[in-house]
Amino acid sequence: MSSIGTGYDLSVSTYSPDGRLFQVEYAGKAVEAAGVAIGLRCSDGVVLGVERILHSKLLVKGANRRIQSLDDSIGLASAGLLADGVHLADRGRDEVWNFRETYNAPIPTQILADRLSMYVQAYTAYSSVRPFGVSSLVAGVDKTGPRLFCIEPSGVFYGYRGYAVGKGAVLARTELEKAVGKETEEGGVALTCREGVLEVARIIHLVHDDNKDKEFELEMTWISPESNMKHAVVPADLLAEADAKGKAALEEGMEED
Amino acid sequence: MNQLHSFQAVPSTRNAFDAYSTLPEPPRPQSTHAPRAHTQQPIVTGTSVLGIKYEGGVMLAADNLASYGSLARFKDIQRLHPLGDNTCLAVAGDMSDFQYMTKLLDATLRADRSVSLTDTHPPFSPQNIYTYLSNLYYARRSKVNPLWNAILVGGWDKEKKESFLAYVDLLGTTYSAPTLATGIGAHIAQPLLREAYEAKAGVDGKGPLLTGQEAEELLDTCMKVLFYRDARSLNKYQIATISNDGVKISDSKSSETEWGFAEGLRGYGPQTQ
Repeated sequence: MSSIGTGYDLSVSTYSPDGRLFQVEYAGKAVEAAGVAIGLRCSDGVVLGVERILHSKLLVKGANRRIQSLDDSIGLASAGLLADGVHLADRGRDEVWNFRETYNAPIPTQILADRLSMYVQAYTAYSSVRPFGVSSLVAGVDKTGPRLFCIEPSGVFYGYRGYAVGKGAVLARTELEKAVGKETEEGGVALTCREGVLEVARIIHLVHDDNKDKEFELEMTWISPESNMKHAVVPADLLAEADAKGKAALEEGMEED
Repeated sequence: MNQLHSFQAVPSTRNAFDAYSTLPEPPRPQSTHAPRAHTQQPIVTGTSVLGIKYEGGVMLAADNLASYGSLARFKDIQRLHPLGDNTCLAVAGDMSDFQYMTKLLDATLRADRSVSLTDTHPPFSPQNIYTYLSNLYYARRSKVNPLWNAILVGGWDKEKKESFLAYVDLLGTTYSAPTLATGIGAHIAQPLLREAYEAKAGVDGKGPLLTGQEAEELLDTCMKVLFYRDARSLNKYQIATISNDGVKISDSKSSETEWGFAEGLRGYGPQTQ
């Protein structure tokens, strides 16, 4: 680590000689340290799930959510510094309001992701601020259908069929590739939201490291026909089922090893 | 003398006092800087709306007409507006102010929904929405820039398990009663509503309330009477039913009417005797 930065990492307004912005890369480290957040675009909606690490036994159950609503049919899950995620969601709600005020229509998910990404990008261009320490999954259903985007600390955003950010995201992404891969096979179809919830829960349990990590709460929301195409928490019974099946799949996997 | 000069020399009669003017106000002095004027009259308007408490909820009625002066301009306008799961508005008066107000309230409720995952509190009760509205309307009249409406707020309070019905208008006037009507409906329909309500519930309202079916039939009667007597009404109306099950707004419907008596009317119109 000693040679990292070497003077070029003090400000986000200074490039390193090989054209990197170290502060933005360090923001990425804050994301990697946080519990995983997964988004999965399904045939009939989008599912979001996060592994909410409980850093204290004194925490109220269900408190400090990492998934927030931006509009009736748009949710945002963040991985990284929780307060940065809350601030970004706040900004997102302003953009939602602004779009509706201007055009009298709900904001398309892609336009919201674009506007938010430009906001994040602005924090990579001034020495007086630090970049956002979050990667955010923006999930929404609009007239173009179910959409999923990830906005990174650098301000770039891409659309995905499924994506994961945070600790263990690499493993989670290969698992998502398998799930999404079925869709592209001959005659294959995408998972439904109900199946997606089980899949996301399974991957979160798989990625969670029981030995190193503290306990976690499974937090899941969706935009599905069952929630009337609104962004809402996954019903308690389905969440419990997904949680239990996720755990069971993990134990099954361990026996095979 | 050039033409322009002679034109200016003609004395203007525009600002002269006209003792025989039928306008509600004398004409104001013309100036290049007109005084800033707020809303002084409604433009596109809806006529009276009705509300009544019944066994298990509230019903509201409003016709589908938005008039432009005395012209029946828009005949397919819904003047019942649901807010959340258990509140509904019935709105009379200026339709653009109605649209502005509902847009504002919808945005407020949407903003509340979008923080509901992380900032939980019970959903807005009908009383909450009514208080917001009455504050808004009184604040606007205090700026001498009123929102030109008379509104009935009907709702079912899920916490208290009781119905809610109250009135607020462009002056910020507020009151509540088990039967309510705005505008000309307050003169023509309100007595009919009260009579039927009190026949069952008694003057103190302690007896049994009307059933849902009785309440709807009563509203049908009142809407028919209003259609006969109110020149700004339309024989096409909707009824909102607000109960523990939520807000239900009916399809538009009409009353059977009989106009044979009009043949015998004398005193105006084309008759010669």
